[in-house]
Amino acid sequence: MKTILTEEQLDITILRLCHQLLENRLQFDDLVLIGIQPRGIFFSDRIVNQINLQIAPQKITYGKLDITFYRDDVRQGLHTLNQTDIPFSIENKSVILVDDVLYTGRTVRAAMDALLAFGRPAKVELCVLIDRRFSREVPIQADYAGKSIDTIITQKVKVLWKERDGKEEVVLL
Amino acid sequence: MQLSTKHLLGIKDLQASDIQTILDTATQFKEVLQRPIKKVPTLRDVTIVNLFYENSTRTRISFELAEKRLSADTINFTASNSSVSKGESLLDTVNNILSMKVDMVVMRHSASGAPHFLAKHIPAAIVNAGDGINEHPTQALLDAFSIREKFGSLEGKKCAIIGDIMHSRVALSNIYLLKKMGAEVMVAGPPTLIPVHIREAFDIRVEYNLRKALEWCDVANVLRVQIERQNQVLFSSLREYSLAYGINRKMLDSLSKEIVIMHPGPINRGVELDSDVADSKQSIILQQVENGVAVRMAVLYLLAEKQPTFNA
Repeated sequence: MKTILTEEQLDITILRLCHQLLENRLQFDDLVLIGIQPRGIFFSDRIVNQINLQIAPQKITYGKLDITFYRDDVRQGLHTLNQTDIPFSIENKSVILVDDVLYTGRTVRAAMDALLAFGRPAKVELCVLIDRRFSREVPIQADYAGKSIDTIITQKVKVLWKERDGKEEVVLL
Repeated sequence: MQLSTKHLLGIKDLQASDIQTILDTATQFKEVLQRPIKKVPTLRDVTIVNLFYENSTRTRISFELAEKRLSADTINFTASNSSVSKGESLLDTVNNILSMKVDMVVMRHSASGAPHFLAKHIPAAIVNAGDGINEHPTQALLDAFSIREKFGSLEGKKCAIIGDIMHSRVALSNIYLLKKMGAEVMVAGPPTLIPVHIREAFDIRVEYNLRKALEWCDVANVLRVQIERQNQVLFSSLREYSLAYGINRKMLDSLSKEIVIMHPGPINRGVELDSDVADSKQSIILQQVENGVAVRMAVLYLLAEKQPTFNA
C-alpha cells in the first residue's frame, strides 16, 4: 500500500482545483456542479464548500447524479442505487461533472448520457481528484485533475474520507 | 440488491428483504419520473410481452408505461382479438410468442395459478399482473409504497381492507405483504364476502362493522364491489351495500382521527366510496396510480437482471 496524497496534500489539491475552476470565469450564474454518486459526492461536497467560500455571498448551483440506470453493464449484476438530486434545469448552463477517480471513463460516459435528461447544457467539463493515466476504455479526458498517476490494472486506488472512513487520504493498493 | 426469485408470481413467495428492495428501488424510479425526460435506457435490450387474458385499464397502461420508461421493447396482446378465440392453448400461445425472442412476460389471467403454470414450462421471467382470485402482487407493492410514502414505514401501521375480500386478489396480496412487513391487518365487510377461516389462516383481525373498522385503522384500503358478481346473491342490493359499507364524508368526519383512504380502482362512486371521500385530501387514490409506474419499473428492472446477458 502506497500513499498518493496525505490529508494535508489533499486539502491543498482541493483548494488548487477550486481556484482553477474559478479563474477563467467572470460570473457564476450559469455555473453548475454535478457530483457523481456515490463516491464522487464526498469530493464534490468539499469543492462546493470551498467555492462557496471564495465567491460568497453568491452560491454555486449544486446537484448529485446517480448513473446506475445508464450503465453499460446493467445486466452483469445489479448496483446499489443512490439518490439523484438535480432539482433544476441545466439547459444552457456550464456544467462541471465531479468524480473522485477517473479510470476506464465508462462512468463519465454514462454520466454524460444521464445528464441529457435534465436539459441541454452549453458546455460540460470534467473535474476529478485522481486521474489514472493510460487506462481509458473510451475517449474521455479530464479538464481538471488533482493528481495524475500511472497504474496497472491489478492495482486499486482508494480515496478515504473523514465522514465515511474516519481518516482522509488517497492510497494505492 | 437482488431478488430471491426469478419471477414475480405472488407476494406469498417473496421474502421481506425482497419487498424492501423493490420499494427502495421504486423510490429511485419515482425520481426518474420527475425528470424533464422521464426515460432511462436501462432495459433497451429487453423485450416484454403484455399478455392480458382479462380486461384492465390501469394495470396494463401502468405496465406499458413502466416498460417504455425503461426503454424496453413491448408487445401488447389481448385475448379478445387473437388466435385464442380460435382455440389455441395458453402454453402454445406463449411458446409461439417466446420463439420470437421475448425475454419477459407480464400476464393477467382469469384462472388462478395460470402464471405459476407458465413459470414451470417456459424460460422467460413472468410477472403476475393478476390471476383470478389469487394474487395481484404489483398492486400490493404499490399500495405498500404509497403507505410508506405517507407514513415513512409499514411497521406497526394499522391497515383495514374493506369490501369483497372473498373474490379479491388485491386483498390476498395485500394481506401477505402487510403481514410480512410487520403491519397490523384487519379485513372488514359483509360476512358473505369474507372467507370463513381467514382469521386463523392469516392471524388477522376480522370486523363486520364498518364504523368499528374505520375507528381502528390508520389506513383504509377500500375494495371495489364486483358488480359482475351481483347475481350470486352475496348481498341483497347495491343500495343496501352502500348503506352498510359505503364510506361517506359524514362518517369520516365523525371519527376520532383522520385516516387515509386508498382504493385500487376502478371506483364505483356512491357504492363503496362517496365522491366527496374519493376526491378529498384524505384519499391517496391518484398517488397510488402514479406510484404504480415507479413500482412496476422497479419490478421489471430487478427481474431483468436475472436474464442471460449478451455473452452468456
